Amino acid sequence: MKKMTEIRWHGRGGQGAKTASLLLADAAFMAGKFVQSFPEYGPERSGAPITAYNRISEERCSIHSNIYEPDYVVVVDETLLESVDVTAGLSKEGAIIINSEKPAAELRPLLRGYEGRVFTVPAGPISRKHLGAYFPNTPMLAAVVEVSKCVDPESFIKDMEVSYRHKFAKKPQVVQGNLDCLVDAMKEVKE
Amino acid sequence: MSIRDRLSGNEAIATAMRQINPDVFAMFPITPSTEIPQYFAQYVADGKVDTEFICVESEHSSLSACIGAEAAGCRAVTATSSAGLAYMNEVLFVAASCRLPIVLAVSCRALTGPININHDYSDSMAERDSGFIQIYAENNQEAYDNYLQAHRIAETADVRLPVMICEDGFITSHALENIELEEDDAVKAFVGEYNPENYLLKSENPLAVGPYGTSPYYMEARVAQAEAMKNAKRAILDVAADFEKTFGRKYGFFEAYKMEDAETAIVLMGSSAGTAKAAVDELREQGKKVGLVKIRVFRPFPGEELAEVLKNCKAVAVLDKSEGFSAMGGPLFAETASACINLDSRPKMVDIVYGLGGRDFTVKHAKRVFDRLDRIVETGETGPIYSHMGQRDQREEVQ
Repeated sequence: MKKMTEIRWHGRGGQGAKTASLLLADAAFMAGKFVQSFPEYGPERSGAPITAYNRISEERCSIHSNIYEPDYVVVVDETLLESVDVTAGLSKEGAIIINSEKPAAELRPLLRGYEGRVFTVPAGPISRKHLGAYFPNTPMLAAVVEVSKCVDPESFIKDMEVSYRHKFAKKPQVVQGNLDCLVDAMKEVKE
Repeated sequence: MSIRDRLSGNEAIATAMRQINPDVFAMFPITPSTEIPQYFAQYVADGKVDTEFICVESEHSSLSACIGAEAAGCRAVTATSSAGLAYMNEVLFVAASCRLPIVLAVSCRALTGPININHDYSDSMAERDSGFIQIYAENNQEAYDNYLQAHRIAETADVRLPVMICEDGFITSHALENIELEEDDAVKAFVGEYNPENYLLKSENPLAVGPYGTSPYYMEARVAQAEAMKNAKRAILDVAADFEKTFGRKYGFFEAYKMEDAETAIVLMGSSAGTAKAAVDELREQGKKVGLVKIRVFRPFPGEELAEVLKNCKAVAVLDKSEGFSAMGGPLFAETASACINLDSRPKMVDIVYGLGGRDFTVKHAKRVFDRLDRIVETGETGPIYSHMGQRDQREEVQ
Protein backbone atom coordinates (compact mmCIF):
# COMPACT_ATOMS: atom_id res chain seq x y z
CA MET A 1 0.00 0.00 0.00
CA LYS A 2 1.22 3.49 -0.89
CA LYS A 3 2.40 5.42 2.12
CA MET A 4 0.68 8.75 1.49
CA THR A 5 -2.38 10.00 -0.40
CA GLU A 6 -2.15 13.53 -1.79
CA ILE A 7 -5.30 15.37 -2.89
CA ARG A 8 -5.74 18.76 -4.55
CA TRP A 9 -9.03 20.68 -4.46
CA HIS A 10 -10.00 23.30 -7.01
CA GLY A 11 -12.92 25.58 -6.25
CA ARG A 12 -14.02 29.15 -6.21
CA GLY A 13 -13.89 31.34 -3.11
CA GLY A 14 -17.10 30.80 -1.13
CA GLN A 15 -17.92 27.27 -2.38
CA GLY A 16 -16.32 25.56 0.58
CA ALA A 17 -13.36 23.74 -1.02
CA LYS A 18 -11.21 24.70 1.97
CA THR A 19 -13.90 23.51 4.39
CA ALA A 20 -14.25 20.22 2.51
CA SER A 21 -10.51 19.71 2.75
CA LEU A 22 -10.69 20.38 6.50
CA LEU A 23 -13.56 17.89 6.88
CA LEU A 24 -11.66 15.24 4.94
CA ALA A 25 -8.69 15.76 7.27
CA ASP A 26 -11.06 15.46 10.23
CA ALA A 27 -12.43 12.17 8.93
CA ALA A 28 -8.94 10.80 8.26
CA PHE A 29 -7.77 11.96 11.70
CA MET A 30 -10.65 10.10 13.32
CA ALA A 31 -9.61 7.02 11.34
CA GLY A 32 -6.20 7.25 13.04
CA LYS A 33 -4.22 8.80 10.19
CA PHE A 34 -1.78 11.68 10.07
CA VAL A 35 -3.28 14.57 8.15
CA GLN A 36 -2.55 17.91 6.59
CA SER A 37 -5.19 20.27 5.23
CA PHE A 38 -4.14 23.67 3.96
CA PRO A 39 -5.42 26.34 1.59
CA GLU A 40 -3.57 28.35 -1.00
CA TYR A 41 -4.96 31.84 -1.17
CA GLY A 42 -4.86 34.04 -4.22
CA PRO A 43 -6.62 37.39 -4.26
CA GLU A 44 -9.21 37.34 -1.47
CA ARG A 45 -12.52 37.71 -3.22
CA SER A 46 -15.64 35.63 -3.55
CA GLY A 47 -15.60 33.65 -6.80
CA ALA A 48 -11.83 33.72 -7.41
CA PRO A 49 -10.23 30.32 -8.08
CA ILE A 50 -8.78 28.82 -4.89
CA THR A 51 -6.80 25.67 -4.22
CA ALA A 52 -6.77 23.53 -1.09
CA TYR A 53 -4.71 20.45 -0.31
CA ASN A 54 -4.75 17.25 1.74
CA ARG A 55 -1.99 14.86 2.71
CA ILE A 56 -3.12 11.68 4.45
CA SER A 57 -0.50 9.24 5.70
CA GLU A 58 0.40 6.62 8.29
CA GLU A 59 3.29 8.70 9.66
CA ARG A 60 3.62 12.42 10.28
CA CYS A 61 4.64 14.19 7.06
CA SER A 62 7.23 16.93 7.52
CA ILE A 63 6.87 18.31 3.99
CA HIS A 64 5.08 21.66 3.93
CA SER A 65 5.11 22.59 0.26
CA ASN A 66 2.07 22.66 -2.00
CA ILE A 67 1.17 19.45 -3.87
CA TYR A 68 2.32 19.33 -7.49
CA GLU A 69 1.84 15.61 -8.22
CA PRO A 70 -1.46 14.71 -6.54
CA ASP A 71 -3.03 11.25 -6.51
CA TYR A 72 -6.52 12.76 -6.77
CA VAL A 73 -7.97 16.07 -7.91
CA VAL A 74 -11.42 17.32 -6.90
CA VAL A 75 -13.06 20.07 -8.97
CA VAL A 76 -15.86 21.75 -7.02
CA ASP A 77 -16.77 24.12 -9.88
CA GLU A 78 -17.07 22.76 -13.42
CA THR A 79 -16.41 26.18 -15.00
CA LEU A 80 -12.80 26.00 -13.75
CA LEU A 81 -12.02 23.29 -16.32
CA GLU A 82 -11.57 25.92 -19.01
CA SER A 83 -9.45 28.41 -17.04
CA VAL A 84 -7.35 26.23 -14.72
CA ASP A 85 -5.08 23.31 -15.68
CA VAL A 86 -6.71 21.11 -13.05
CA THR A 87 -4.98 17.87 -14.13
CA ALA A 88 -1.46 19.36 -13.95
CA GLY A 89 0.83 16.73 -12.43
CA LEU A 90 -2.11 14.42 -11.62
CA SER A 91 -1.08 10.77 -11.35
CA LYS A 92 -2.35 8.54 -14.18
CA GLU A 93 -3.05 5.85 -11.56
CA GLY A 94 -5.20 8.34 -9.65
CA ALA A 95 -8.40 10.07 -10.71
CA ILE A 96 -10.18 13.38 -11.11
CA ILE A 97 -13.63 13.91 -9.60
CA ILE A 98 -15.72 16.75 -11.03
CA ASN A 99 -18.92 18.35 -9.77
CA SER A 100 -21.12 18.03 -12.88
CA GLU A 101 -24.44 16.67 -14.04
CA LYS A 102 -22.79 15.55 -17.28
CA PRO A 103 -21.39 12.05 -17.84
CA ALA A 104 -17.63 11.80 -17.32
CA ALA A 105 -16.95 10.99 -20.99
CA GLU A 106 -18.36 14.35 -22.03
CA LEU A 107 -15.86 16.24 -19.86
CA ARG A 108 -12.75 14.24 -20.75
CA PRO A 109 -11.99 16.38 -23.84
CA LEU A 110 -11.63 19.40 -21.55
CA LEU A 111 -8.93 17.67 -19.47
CA ARG A 112 -5.92 18.45 -21.67
CA GLY A 113 -5.09 14.83 -22.49
CA TYR A 114 -5.38 13.39 -18.98
CA GLU A 115 -5.21 9.58 -19.29
CA GLY A 116 -6.39 8.50 -15.84
CA ARG A 117 -9.89 7.85 -14.56
CA VAL A 118 -12.52 10.60 -14.68
CA PHE A 119 -15.55 10.71 -12.37
CA THR A 120 -18.49 13.08 -12.11
CA VAL A 121 -21.05 13.57 -9.37
CA PRO A 122 -24.10 15.87 -9.54
CA ALA A 123 -23.25 17.70 -6.32
CA GLY A 124 -25.65 20.59 -7.04
CA PRO A 125 -28.88 18.54 -7.26
CA ILE A 126 -27.82 16.30 -4.35
CA SER A 127 -27.17 19.31 -2.14
CA ARG A 128 -30.40 21.08 -3.19
CA LYS A 129 -32.40 17.93 -2.48
CA HIS A 130 -31.09 17.39 1.06
CA LEU A 131 -30.02 20.85 2.18
CA GLY A 132 -32.30 23.06 0.09
CA ALA A 133 -29.35 25.12 -1.14
CA TYR A 134 -26.18 24.90 -3.21
CA PHE A 135 -23.44 23.49 -0.92
CA PRO A 136 -21.45 21.36 -3.38
CA ASN A 137 -18.55 20.68 -1.02
CA THR A 138 -20.37 18.08 1.08
CA PRO A 139 -21.18 15.71 -1.83
CA MET A 140 -17.67 16.27 -3.27
CA LEU A 141 -16.14 15.22 0.04
CA ALA A 142 -18.05 11.93 -0.03
CA ALA A 143 -17.21 11.37 -3.70
CA VAL A 144 -13.47 11.65 -3.13
CA VAL A 145 -13.66 9.22 -0.21
CA GLU A 146 -15.64 6.74 -2.34
CA VAL A 147 -13.18 6.95 -5.25
CA SER A 148 -9.89 7.16 -3.37
CA LYS A 149 -10.74 4.97 -0.34
CA CYS A 150 -8.26 7.18 1.52
CA VAL A 151 -10.40 6.42 4.53
CA ASP A 152 -12.76 3.48 4.95
CA PRO A 153 -16.10 4.64 3.42
CA GLU A 154 -18.23 2.96 6.11
CA SER A 155 -16.45 4.38 9.12
CA PHE A 156 -16.29 7.70 7.23
CA ILE A 157 -20.07 8.16 7.48
CA LYS A 158 -20.02 7.31 11.19
CA ASP A 159 -17.11 9.67 11.86
CA MET A 160 -18.73 12.46 9.88
CA GLU A 161 -21.87 12.15 11.96
CA VAL A 162 -19.77 12.80 15.07
CA SER A 163 -18.03 15.66 13.31
CA TYR A 164 -21.31 17.27 12.13
CA ARG A 165 -22.94 16.88 15.56
CA HIS A 166 -20.00 18.83 16.96
CA LYS A 167 -19.83 21.40 14.13
CA PHE A 168 -23.58 22.01 14.05
CA ALA A 169 -24.15 21.78 17.82
CA LYS A 170 -26.33 24.88 17.63
CA LYS A 171 -28.36 23.78 14.59
CA PRO A 172 -28.71 19.97 14.83
CA GLN A 173 -31.53 19.99 12.25
CA VAL A 174 -28.99 20.19 9.39
CA VAL A 175 -26.99 17.10 10.45
CA GLN A 176 -29.25 14.52 8.75
CA GLY A 177 -29.34 16.50 5.49
CA ASN A 178 -25.56 16.61 5.36
CA LEU A 179 -25.33 12.87 6.08
CA ASP A 180 -27.88 12.16 3.31
CA CYS A 181 -25.75 14.24 0.94
CA LEU A 182 -22.74 12.08 1.74
CA VAL A 183 -24.58 8.78 1.23
CA ASP A 184 -26.18 9.92 -2.04
CA ALA A 185 -22.92 11.28 -3.44
CA MET A 186 -21.16 7.99 -2.72
CA LYS A 187 -23.84 6.19 -4.76
CA GLU A 188 -24.02 8.70 -7.59
CA VAL A 189 -20.34 9.30 -8.31
CA LYS A 190 -19.80 7.63 -11.74
CA GLU A 191 -16.83 6.98 -13.99
CA MET B 1 -1.42 12.20 29.46
CA SER B 2 -1.22 13.98 26.10
CA ILE B 3 -4.41 14.56 24.11
CA ARG B 4 -4.32 13.66 20.42
CA ASP B 5 -6.01 16.34 18.36
CA ARG B 6 -5.79 18.13 15.01
CA LEU B 7 -5.51 21.90 14.99
CA SER B 8 -4.20 24.74 12.87
CA GLY B 9 -1.20 26.65 14.21
CA ASN B 10 -3.47 29.56 15.14
CA GLU B 11 -5.87 27.37 17.10
CA ALA B 12 -2.92 25.61 18.76
CA ILE B 13 -1.53 28.92 20.03
CA ALA B 14 -5.00 30.12 21.09
CA THR B 15 -5.42 26.84 22.99
CA ALA B 16 -2.11 27.39 24.80
CA MET B 17 -3.29 30.90 25.74
CA ARG B 18 -6.61 29.52 27.03
CA GLN B 19 -4.82 26.94 29.15
CA ILE B 20 -2.52 29.62 30.62
CA ASN B 21 -5.44 32.03 31.19
CA PRO B 22 -3.44 35.31 31.11
CA ASP B 23 -4.63 38.38 33.03
CA VAL B 24 -4.88 40.62 29.96
CA PHE B 25 -5.21 40.02 26.19
CA ALA B 26 -5.18 43.31 24.28
CA MET B 27 -5.88 43.06 20.58
CA PHE B 28 -6.75 44.88 17.40
CA PRO B 29 -9.49 42.78 15.83
CA ILE B 30 -9.20 43.66 12.13
CA THR B 31 -6.86 42.42 9.40
CA PRO B 32 -3.83 41.94 9.45
CA SER B 33 -4.64 40.37 12.82
CA THR B 34 -4.78 36.59 13.01
CA GLU B 35 -7.46 34.08 14.01
CA ILE B 36 -5.76 33.79 17.42
CA PRO B 37 -7.78 36.60 19.07
CA GLN B 38 -10.88 35.35 17.23
CA TYR B 39 -10.54 31.92 18.89
CA PHE B 40 -9.71 33.60 22.19
CA ALA B 41 -12.78 35.86 21.99
CA GLN B 42 -14.87 32.67 21.84
CA TYR B 43 -13.14 31.33 24.99
CA VAL B 44 -13.95 34.63 26.72
CA ALA B 45 -17.59 34.47 25.55
CA ASP B 46 -17.87 30.83 26.70
CA GLY B 47 -16.43 31.67 30.13
CA LYS B 48 -13.43 29.36 29.64
CA VAL B 49 -11.00 32.11 30.71
CA ASP B 50 -11.33 35.11 33.00
CA THR B 51 -8.88 37.23 31.03
CA GLU B 52 -9.51 40.95 30.62
CA PHE B 53 -10.00 41.05 26.85
CA ILE B 54 -9.43 44.54 25.46
CA CYS B 55 -10.24 45.48 21.86
CA VAL B 56 -8.24 48.56 20.90
CA GLU B 57 -7.95 50.71 17.79
CA SER B 58 -4.54 49.61 16.47
CA GLU B 59 -1.59 47.31 17.05
CA HIS B 60 0.37 50.25 18.43
CA SER B 61 -2.35 50.45 21.07
CA SER B 62 -2.66 46.71 21.67
CA LEU B 63 0.98 46.42 22.64
CA SER B 64 0.76 49.69 24.58
CA ALA B 65 -2.15 48.22 26.59
CA CYS B 66 0.01 45.13 27.27
CA ILE B 67 2.83 47.40 28.42
CA GLY B 68 0.49 49.12 30.89
CA ALA B 69 -0.86 45.81 32.13
CA GLU B 70 2.57 44.21 32.60
CA ALA B 71 3.90 47.34 34.31
CA ALA B 72 1.00 46.97 36.76
CA GLY B 73 2.05 43.38 37.47
CA CYS B 74 -0.27 41.45 35.16
CA ARG B 75 0.56 38.69 32.70
CA ALA B 76 -0.31 40.22 29.31
CA VAL B 77 -0.40 38.76 25.80
CA THR B 78 -1.28 39.78 22.26
CA ALA B 79 -1.01 38.48 18.71
CA THR B 80 -0.44 40.02 15.31
CA SER B 81 1.04 39.63 11.87
CA SER B 82 2.70 41.47 8.99
CA ALA B 83 1.85 45.20 8.86
CA GLY B 84 0.38 44.93 12.36
CA LEU B 85 3.80 43.99 13.73
CA ALA B 86 5.40 46.82 11.76
CA TYR B 87 2.88 49.21 13.29
CA MET B 88 3.96 48.01 16.76
CA ASN B 89 7.57 48.84 16.00
CA GLU B 90 7.98 51.82 18.31
CA VAL B 91 6.36 50.17 21.32
CA LEU B 92 8.21 46.86 20.84
CA PHE B 93 11.34 48.73 21.89
CA VAL B 94 9.48 50.28 24.84
CA ALA B 95 8.25 46.87 26.03
CA ALA B 96 11.73 45.36 25.84
CA SER B 97 13.58 48.28 27.44
CA CYS B 98 11.02 48.49 30.26
CA ARG B 99 11.83 44.79 30.79
CA LEU B 100 8.19 43.72 30.58
CA PRO B 101 7.77 39.97 29.91
CA ILE B 102 4.87 40.23 27.43
CA VAL B 103 4.33 37.26 25.10
CA LEU B 104 3.44 38.20 21.52
CA ALA B 105 2.33 35.56 19.00
CA VAL B 106 3.30 36.42 15.42
CA SER B 107 2.07 34.67 12.26
CA CYS B 108 4.99 35.69 10.07
CA ARG B 109 3.92 37.26 6.79
CA ALA B 110 5.32 39.51 4.09
CA LEU B 111 5.33 43.29 4.22
CA THR B 112 4.16 45.55 1.42
CA GLY B 113 5.03 45.88 -1.38
CA PRO B 114 3.75 44.68 -3.66
CA ILE B 115 0.77 44.05 -1.37
CA ASN B 116 0.93 40.42 -0.25
CA ILE B 117 -0.66 38.45 2.58
CA ASN B 118 1.48 35.32 2.41
CA HIS B 119 4.34 33.92 4.41
CA ASP B 120 7.89 35.11 4.77
CA TYR B 121 9.90 36.62 7.63
CA SER B 122 9.86 40.26 6.45
CA ASP B 123 7.81 41.27 9.49
CA SER B 124 9.65 39.47 12.30
CA MET B 125 13.14 40.02 10.87
CA ALA B 126 12.47 43.75 10.67
CA GLU B 127 12.04 43.62 14.49
CA ARG B 128 15.10 41.54 15.24
CA ASP B 129 16.83 44.46 17.00
CA SER B 130 13.79 45.40 19.11
CA GLY B 131 15.02 43.53 22.19
CA PHE B 132 12.36 40.78 21.99
CA ILE B 133 13.39 37.17 22.34
CA GLN B 134 12.35 35.42 19.10
CA ILE B 135 11.46 31.72 18.93
CA TYR B 136 10.38 30.07 15.64
CA ALA B 137 8.35 26.92 14.97
CA GLU B 138 8.46 24.30 12.21
CA ASN B 139 4.82 23.25 12.65
CA ASN B 140 1.72 23.56 14.84
CA GLN B 141 3.17 21.26 17.53
CA GLU B 142 6.26 23.39 17.92
CA ALA B 143 4.20 26.61 17.90
CA TYR B 144 2.14 25.20 20.80
CA ASP B 145 5.15 23.88 22.70
CA ASN B 146 7.11 27.12 22.20
CA TYR B 147 4.17 29.10 23.51
CA LEU B 148 3.94 26.93 26.64
CA GLN B 149 7.62 27.72 27.35
CA ALA B 150 7.46 31.43 26.51
CA HIS B 151 6.06 32.93 29.71
CA ARG B 152 8.57 31.16 31.94
CA ILE B 153 11.49 32.27 29.77
CA ALA B 154 10.20 35.85 29.67
CA GLU B 155 9.51 36.03 33.40
CA THR B 156 12.87 34.55 34.54
CA ALA B 157 14.22 37.01 37.14
CA ASP B 158 17.50 37.84 35.40
CA VAL B 159 15.88 37.94 31.93
CA ARG B 160 12.57 39.82 32.13
CA LEU B 161 12.27 40.38 28.42
CA PRO B 162 9.28 40.08 26.08
CA VAL B 163 9.05 37.07 23.75
CA MET B 164 7.81 36.72 20.17
CA ILE B 165 6.46 33.25 19.40
CA CYS B 166 6.72 33.05 15.62
CA GLU B 167 4.88 30.62 13.36
CA ASP B 168 4.83 30.61 9.54
CA GLY B 169 1.82 32.55 8.24
CA PHE B 170 -0.69 30.31 6.41
CA ILE B 171 1.76 27.39 6.07
CA THR B 172 1.53 26.76 9.82
CA SER B 173 -1.11 29.23 10.98
CA HIS B 174 -3.84 27.98 8.62
CA ALA B 175 -2.80 24.35 8.11
CA LEU B 176 -4.63 21.66 10.03
CA GLU B 177 -2.29 18.93 11.32
CA ASN B 178 -2.13 16.35 14.08
CA ILE B 179 -0.97 17.68 17.43
CA GLU B 180 -0.45 16.42 20.96
CA LEU B 181 -1.98 18.81 23.48
CA GLU B 182 -1.32 18.67 27.21
CA GLU B 183 -3.98 18.67 29.95
CA ASP B 184 -5.05 22.12 31.17
CA ASP B 185 -3.92 21.40 34.75
CA ALA B 186 -0.53 20.15 33.59
CA VAL B 187 -0.02 23.30 31.51
CA LYS B 188 -1.03 25.57 34.40
CA ALA B 189 1.34 23.71 36.74
CA PHE B 190 4.19 23.94 34.21
CA VAL B 191 3.73 27.64 33.46
CA GLY B 192 3.00 28.62 37.07
CA GLU B 193 1.65 31.79 38.61
CA TYR B 194 3.21 35.13 37.72
CA ASN B 195 4.45 36.86 40.87
CA PRO B 196 6.66 39.77 39.77
CA GLU B 197 8.96 40.97 42.55
CA ASN B 198 8.19 44.55 41.63
CA TYR B 199 5.53 46.45 39.72
CA LEU B 200 4.07 49.91 39.26
CA LEU B 201 1.46 49.95 42.02
CA LYS B 202 3.14 47.77 44.63
CA SER B 203 2.49 50.01 47.63
CA GLU B 204 5.44 48.90 49.77
CA ASN B 205 7.90 49.46 46.92
CA PRO B 206 6.48 51.63 44.13
CA LEU B 207 8.32 51.50 40.83
CA ALA B 208 8.73 54.01 38.00
CA VAL B 209 8.39 52.51 34.51
CA GLY B 210 9.64 54.18 31.34
CA PRO B 211 11.31 57.32 32.73
CA TYR B 212 13.63 59.60 30.78
CA GLY B 213 17.21 58.31 30.60
CA THR B 214 19.73 61.06 30.23
CA SER B 215 23.07 60.39 28.53
CA PRO B 216 24.86 59.59 31.81
CA TYR B 217 22.30 56.77 32.48
CA TYR B 218 20.88 55.59 29.15
CA MET B 219 23.80 53.39 28.19
CA GLU B 220 23.84 51.51 31.52
CA ALA B 221 20.20 50.58 30.96
CA ARG B 222 20.98 49.32 27.45
CA VAL B 223 23.95 47.28 28.69
CA ALA B 224 21.76 45.75 31.39
CA GLN B 225 19.23 44.86 28.68
CA ALA B 226 21.99 43.28 26.58
CA GLU B 227 23.08 41.22 29.61
CA ALA B 228 19.46 40.10 30.08
CA MET B 229 19.45 38.83 26.48
CA LYS B 230 22.63 36.84 27.20
CA ASN B 231 20.97 35.43 30.34
CA ALA B 232 18.00 34.41 28.20
CA LYS B 233 20.17 31.69 26.62
CA ARG B 234 20.45 29.83 29.92
CA ALA B 235 16.77 30.41 30.72
CA ILE B 236 15.70 29.01 27.32
CA LEU B 237 17.69 25.81 27.90
CA ASP B 238 16.51 25.46 31.52
CA VAL B 239 12.86 25.80 30.55
CA ALA B 240 13.35 23.42 27.60
CA ALA B 241 14.92 20.83 29.94
CA ASP B 242 11.98 21.06 32.32
CA PHE B 243 9.56 20.91 29.39
CA GLU B 244 11.18 17.69 28.19
CA LYS B 245 11.04 16.22 31.69
CA THR B 246 7.36 17.17 32.03
CA PHE B 247 5.97 16.56 28.54
CA GLY B 248 8.66 14.49 26.80
CA ARG B 249 9.36 16.68 23.77
CA LYS B 250 12.92 17.96 23.40
CA TYR B 251 13.90 21.50 22.38
CA GLY B 252 17.11 23.51 22.19
CA PHE B 253 18.43 26.60 20.41
CA PHE B 254 18.18 24.73 17.15
CA GLU B 255 17.60 21.25 15.78
CA ALA B 256 20.70 19.68 14.23
CA TYR B 257 19.27 17.11 11.80
CA LYS B 258 21.71 14.36 10.67
CA MET B 259 24.63 16.72 11.30
CA GLU B 260 27.00 14.26 13.09
CA ASP B 261 29.10 13.51 10.00
CA ALA B 262 27.57 16.01 7.55
CA GLU B 263 29.94 17.43 4.92
CA THR B 264 27.40 19.85 3.48
CA ALA B 265 24.53 21.48 5.34
CA ILE B 266 21.64 23.92 5.04
CA VAL B 267 20.83 26.41 7.81
CA LEU B 268 17.20 27.58 7.74
CA MET B 269 14.09 28.23 9.80
CA GLY B 270 10.46 27.27 10.16
CA SER B 271 8.30 25.00 8.01
CA SER B 272 10.87 24.89 5.18
CA ALA B 273 13.09 22.87 7.51
CA GLY B 274 10.50 20.09 7.51
CA THR B 275 10.45 20.09 3.72
CA ALA B 276 14.26 20.11 3.56
CA LYS B 277 14.41 17.14 5.98
CA ALA B 278 12.73 15.03 3.27
CA ALA B 279 15.55 16.05 0.89
CA VAL B 280 18.19 15.18 3.52
CA ASP B 281 16.58 11.75 4.03
CA GLU B 282 16.52 11.07 0.29
CA LEU B 283 20.15 12.13 -0.21
CA ARG B 284 21.27 10.16 2.86
CA GLU B 285 19.71 7.05 1.28
CA GLN B 286 22.01 7.68 -1.69
CA GLY B 287 24.95 7.77 0.73
CA LYS B 288 25.49 11.53 0.69
CA LYS B 289 26.67 13.10 3.94
CA VAL B 290 24.19 15.94 4.20
CA GLY B 291 22.40 17.57 7.11
CA LEU B 292 20.51 20.64 8.17
CA VAL B 293 20.26 23.00 11.11
CA LYS B 294 16.84 24.43 11.90
CA ILE B 295 17.22 27.64 13.91
CA ARG B 296 14.57 27.76 16.65
CA VAL B 297 15.91 30.66 18.71
CA PHE B 298 16.95 33.65 16.60
CA ARG B 299 17.11 36.16 19.49
CA PRO B 300 19.31 35.58 21.43
CA PHE B 301 21.32 34.09 18.54
CA PRO B 302 23.11 30.87 19.53
CA GLY B 303 26.34 31.73 17.68
CA GLU B 304 28.88 29.63 19.58
CA GLU B 305 26.69 26.55 19.60
CA LEU B 306 25.90 26.89 15.89
CA ALA B 307 29.59 27.31 14.99
CA GLU B 308 30.34 24.11 16.91
CA VAL B 309 27.83 22.17 14.80
CA LEU B 310 28.95 23.69 11.47
CA LYS B 311 32.73 23.70 11.99
CA ASN B 312 33.43 20.34 10.33
CA CYS B 313 31.27 20.98 7.26
CA LYS B 314 32.95 21.71 3.94
CA ALA B 315 30.18 23.94 2.58
CA VAL B 316 27.07 25.48 4.12
CA ALA B 317 24.11 27.25 2.50
CA VAL B 318 22.07 29.62 4.62
CA LEU B 319 18.47 30.03 3.44
CA ASP B 320 16.96 33.42 4.22
CA LYS B 321 13.21 33.94 3.91
CA SER B 322 13.47 37.72 4.12
CA GLU B 323 15.38 40.15 1.95
CA GLY B 324 17.46 42.37 4.22
CA PHE B 325 18.47 44.69 1.36
CA SER B 326 22.03 44.73 2.66
CA ALA B 327 23.29 43.85 -0.85
CA MET B 328 25.31 41.05 0.77
CA GLY B 329 22.72 38.62 2.11
CA GLY B 330 19.82 38.22 4.50
CA PRO B 331 19.78 38.44 8.32
CA LEU B 332 20.18 34.71 9.02
CA PHE B 333 23.27 34.63 6.81
CA ALA B 334 24.78 37.65 8.57
CA GLU B 335 24.36 35.94 11.96
CA THR B 336 25.56 32.52 10.79
CA ALA B 337 28.62 33.92 9.05
CA SER B 338 29.60 36.07 12.02
CA ALA B 339 29.08 33.08 14.33
CA CYS B 340 31.71 31.17 12.32
CA ILE B 341 34.16 34.04 11.79
CA ASN B 342 36.66 33.00 14.46
CA LEU B 343 36.72 29.28 13.69
CA ASP B 344 40.24 28.10 12.77
CA SER B 345 38.89 26.36 9.73
CA ARG B 346 35.39 27.10 8.57
CA PRO B 347 33.10 25.94 5.80
CA LYS B 348 32.61 27.81 2.54
CA MET B 349 29.34 29.66 3.01
CA VAL B 350 26.69 31.08 0.69
CA ASP B 351 23.34 32.77 1.24
CA ILE B 352 20.22 32.00 -0.77
CA VAL B 353 17.17 34.23 -0.36
CA TYR B 354 13.99 32.25 -1.14
CA GLY B 355 10.27 31.92 -0.48
CA LEU B 356 9.40 35.63 -0.39
CA GLY B 357 5.70 36.51 -0.28
CA GLY B 358 4.63 32.86 -0.11
CA ARG B 359 6.74 31.60 -3.06
CA ASP B 360 6.69 27.86 -2.49
CA PHE B 361 9.76 25.91 -1.32
CA THR B 362 9.77 22.23 -2.29
CA VAL B 363 11.90 19.14 -1.71
CA LYS B 364 13.31 19.72 -5.21
CA HIS B 365 14.49 23.20 -4.23
CA ALA B 366 16.28 21.79 -1.19
CA LYS B 367 17.97 19.15 -3.36
CA ARG B 368 19.10 21.85 -5.77
CA VAL B 369 20.76 23.66 -2.87
CA PHE B 370 22.63 20.47 -1.92
CA ASP B 371 23.69 20.06 -5.59
CA ARG B 372 25.16 23.53 -5.49
CA LEU B 373 26.99 22.75 -2.24
CA ASP B 374 28.45 19.61 -3.92
CA ARG B 375 29.85 21.76 -6.72
CA ILE B 376 31.32 24.23 -4.22
CA VAL B 377 33.09 21.34 -2.48
CA GLU B 378 34.32 19.87 -5.80
CA THR B 379 35.64 23.12 -7.27
CA GLY B 380 36.51 25.10 -4.15
CA GLU B 381 34.67 28.06 -5.72
CA THR B 382 31.61 29.47 -3.98
CA GLY B 383 30.31 31.42 -6.97
CA PRO B 384 28.05 34.32 -5.96
CA ILE B 385 27.91 34.44 -2.15
CA TYR B 386 24.45 36.00 -2.18
CA SER B 387 21.74 34.93 -4.62
CA HIS B 388 17.99 34.34 -4.95
CA MET B 389 16.12 31.09 -5.59
CA GLY B 390 12.74 30.26 -7.09
CA GLN B 391 12.17 33.23 -9.38
CA ARG B 392 9.70 32.82 -12.24
CA ASP B 393 12.57 33.08 -14.71
CA GLN B 394 15.01 30.47 -13.48
CA ARG B 395 17.68 31.63 -15.91
CA GLU B 396 18.17 34.43 -13.39
CA GLU B 397 18.93 31.86 -10.72
CA VAL B 398 22.35 30.60 -9.63
CA GLN B 399 22.00 26.84 -10.17
